[in-house]
Amino acid sequence: MKKITAALLTLALAGTLAACGGEQSPATNSQPAADNSQAASDPAAASGSVTTLGSTSMNDVMNYLAEGFREVNGNVTVTVEGGGSSAGVEAALTGTADIGLASRALDADEEAQGLVGTTLALDGIAVIVHGDNPVSDLTLEQIAQIYTGEITNWSQVGGDDAEIALMGREDGSGTRDGFESITETEDQCDYDQELTSTGAVIEAVRSNPQAIGYASLSAVEGEEGIVAITVGGVACTEATILDGTYAIQRPFVLVTNSDAQLTPAAQAFFDWATSAQANELITAAGAVPVAE
Amino acid sequence: MQEENVMAELPHAPGQGEQSGDRPSALARFKARFGLRTTREVVEFLVHALFFLCGFVAVACVLFISVYLVVSGVPAIAQIGVADFLFGATWNGSQGQFGILPFVLTSLAGTAGAILIGVPIGVLTALFLAKVAPARVAAVIRSAVSLLAGIPSVVYGLVGMMVLVPAIQRAFGLASGACLLAAIVVLAIMILPSIINVAETALRAVPKEYEEASLALGATHIETIFRVSLPAARSGVATAVVLGVGRAIGEAMAIIMVSGNVSNLPGSLFTSVRFLTTAIASEMNYAPVGSLWRDALFSIGLVLFLFIMLINVILNVFIKNRKGD
Repeated sequence: MKKITAALLTLALAGTLAACGGEQSPATNSQPAADNSQAASDPAAASGSVTTLGSTSMNDVMNYLAEGFREVNGNVTVTVEGGGSSAGVEAALTGTADIGLASRALDADEEAQGLVGTTLALDGIAVIVHGDNPVSDLTLEQIAQIYTGEITNWSQVGGDDAEIALMGREDGSGTRDGFESITETEDQCDYDQELTSTGAVIEAVRSNPQAIGYASLSAVEGEEGIVAITVGGVACTEATILDGTYAIQRPFVLVTNSDAQLTPAAQAFFDWATSAQANELITAAGAVPVAE
Repeated sequence: MQEENVMAELPHAPGQGEQSGDRPSALARFKARFGLRTTREVVEFLVHALFFLCGFVAVACVLFISVYLVVSGVPAIAQIGVADFLFGATWNGSQGQFGILPFVLTSLAGTAGAILIGVPIGVLTALFLAKVAPARVAAVIRSAVSLLAGIPSVVYGLVGMMVLVPAIQRAFGLASGACLLAAIVVLAIMILPSIINVAETALRAVPKEYEEASLALGATHIETIFRVSLPAARSGVATAVVLGVGRAIGEAMAIIMVSGNVSNLPGSLFTSVRFLTTAIASEMNYAPVGSLWRDALFSIGLVLFLFIMLINVILNVFIKNRKGD
């Protein structure tokens, strides 16, 4: 009885504290960048912090770049925050972040407001099936129909008579966001498994002959037991992504405001990230770099 | 233990006592402040204080975690609405839908299934070990059981994913084998060690006289086990079951790999499902700090915490009854 009472007391106490804390809890966590780099005029000697905010799909690439830039210029710290592409565009417009991140091209309205989009890299998503699956090509529409449950059997797309098992990523994943937005199947996908990493998706497809899944191109290359199918007859390679013929791809865009000048630190990071020097890091993060 | 301490302190005690008598030092003031007469008493007092401090660390941690969970979990529930949160059937964090009914039902169904499979196997194993098996056989089985308890949960998950999931897929002709059934089987195996250990201890504690009396009255060995030993150890076995429930409901790593992890209502054994634990684990990486989504994940943690508190209360009741037997 004593223990029960103690437990109840704990809860009651906790409850009181919660009541006190409740009002302040919606924290404001996206404050404007502390700009202490005014003194530096030479970009190479820039110091301070650079805030980037936006598409969570770009988190991997940006974290690689932020880490890499520390080696180039140790006086600059680059922070990466999520929030989505629209939040990234908004942040660039209002100046709450130095650089906005968007995993889509800017539309005409946004460009009319003075925003400039610079493509940092391209993100190609390969559609993968089991190595023994006779199906080797699907159209974008067929892929969308498979993931929304309109096509449920491989025989409907020229394969064996077997039910299709849909493998995907969990909610919040950049790969899932990219795949669903390009195939226009947002929130309509009827997954059989939501896996928590790219490796797990590949493993799930490898161990299930009826499975279909998706993963970044870089993760799929060289994997045995799975096949990246061609989409509308186009294979998923760096070349087809760069020339735009492979359909399931999207740009990673750095958004800046032409009305406001970047701080020296932000400019230095921007120049470095969009130069060929960052290509290796971008590739390592799973995207296709565009700088030459 | 206490006596040993006294012995150890004896040689030092007189010398230190004289010193502190010569000049009214900090030690003397300390003694006066707490009404202590000798240096031995001071040492006793300090060691007690140290023990108290150590004990307090555990209490402080529990308090901190409880308070933290409630503080970070309650606002989201208040904002979403208790009924919408607990009984909403759709969870889609990034789109602002926060109904955790699928997770709650899945956790309950998964735990119930694991108990349904795990308890009979566990209790019968415990009976075998305590009452039937020759000493050598029992020793082998017992060390195998301890080994089972020592396997990290991620390994259960990995083996489940590579072996169990494809096997279920083939056996039942499914598109995908990652489902509630796979999670139940993995959980059932994982809770076996705790059930076996606790139940065996309880069965061994049954007084020999009960069994001897039963045998003397003409019952066979097996009749004695099921009609006398098992009923006599029932509260211990119940404790084992509750411990199993606690272990099953809190497990995350193993089942995230085999359950499919889609937030469906657990319609059948072959539905791809997501548990309370795995819901937190799979989305915590993505939910932005300060968003309702992240707060709602903490709220799931709070619900899970309350479940486990409830199980602990039940466990304490059982243990108390057992002492009363």
